[in-house]
Amino acid sequence: MAESNKMHLETVIAKDDFASAGEASSKVKKTLTMLGVAPAQIKRISVAMYEAEINAFIHGGGGMAYTDVYPDRVEILIEDHGKGIEDIELAMQEGYSTASEEVRMMGFGAGMGLPNMKNNSDNLTIDSRPGEGTKVRMCFNIGN
Amino acid sequence: MNVTELAEITGGTVLSGRESVGNSISTGYCCDLLSHVMADAPQNCAWMTVLTHTNIIAVAELAGISCIVIPEGIAVPPATLEKADSEQIPVISTVLGSYEISWRLHEALQED
Repeated sequence: MAESNKMHLETVIAKDDFASAGEASSKVKKTLTMLGVAPAQIKRISVAMYEAEINAFIHGGGGMAYTDVYPDRVEILIEDHGKGIEDIELAMQEGYSTASEEVRMMGFGAGMGLPNMKNNSDNLTIDSRPGEGTKVRMCFNIGN
Repeated sequence: MNVTELAEITGGTVLSGRESVGNSISTGYCCDLLSHVMADAPQNCAWMTVLTHTNIIAVAELAGISCIVIPEGIAVPPATLEKADSEQIPVISTVLGSYEISWRLHEALQED
């Protein structure tokens, strides 16, 4: 199929709106389900995207999620203009977290966010500068 | 095993998502760290957690969880139940602890 057959979704990741955190991922999940993407693929996309969304919410002060669905793959960009990641290699380590005690009490900050993104995507790139924000790009091959 | 049956065997009450009480439950899962739940909760499980904030509904929806079980009679905020209703995620409240709920669920699944 031609590249133009994609679907494009843009979702705001609201700042300080805890109740809506995860809604961008939820919207993408519903769209992929409607498009007939295999449930196992939807599951891993949901897991990875939720983590990126929550990070943008908790650490980035909100941002945007851009999703492009192609016949053979799904590409997701999560962008925030928050405090950025000082040491990406360290942040990739399972169990490492800079989440506040308050956020940890709510079940976040397990230090599994970036590992979950890496384990569930086929390609993960993170561009981040301290003080300028973070861009997380993920690609998922969905067959066809 | 479905959500109505799980509520019955745990002496619990379905607080929300009543249109989805027919959701099939194939196993149980206990965890209070959301990243672990996202990564490891099996599809169609009953998820036992002491967390009651609104985001547990998003996690349940995204992870394909059949219902959330709040143990030990912990109160669930109205905002969480409203979100559960809009996402059609059943939430069961019971006075039992997670170990006892798991035990009863396991026994019932063996008989299924």
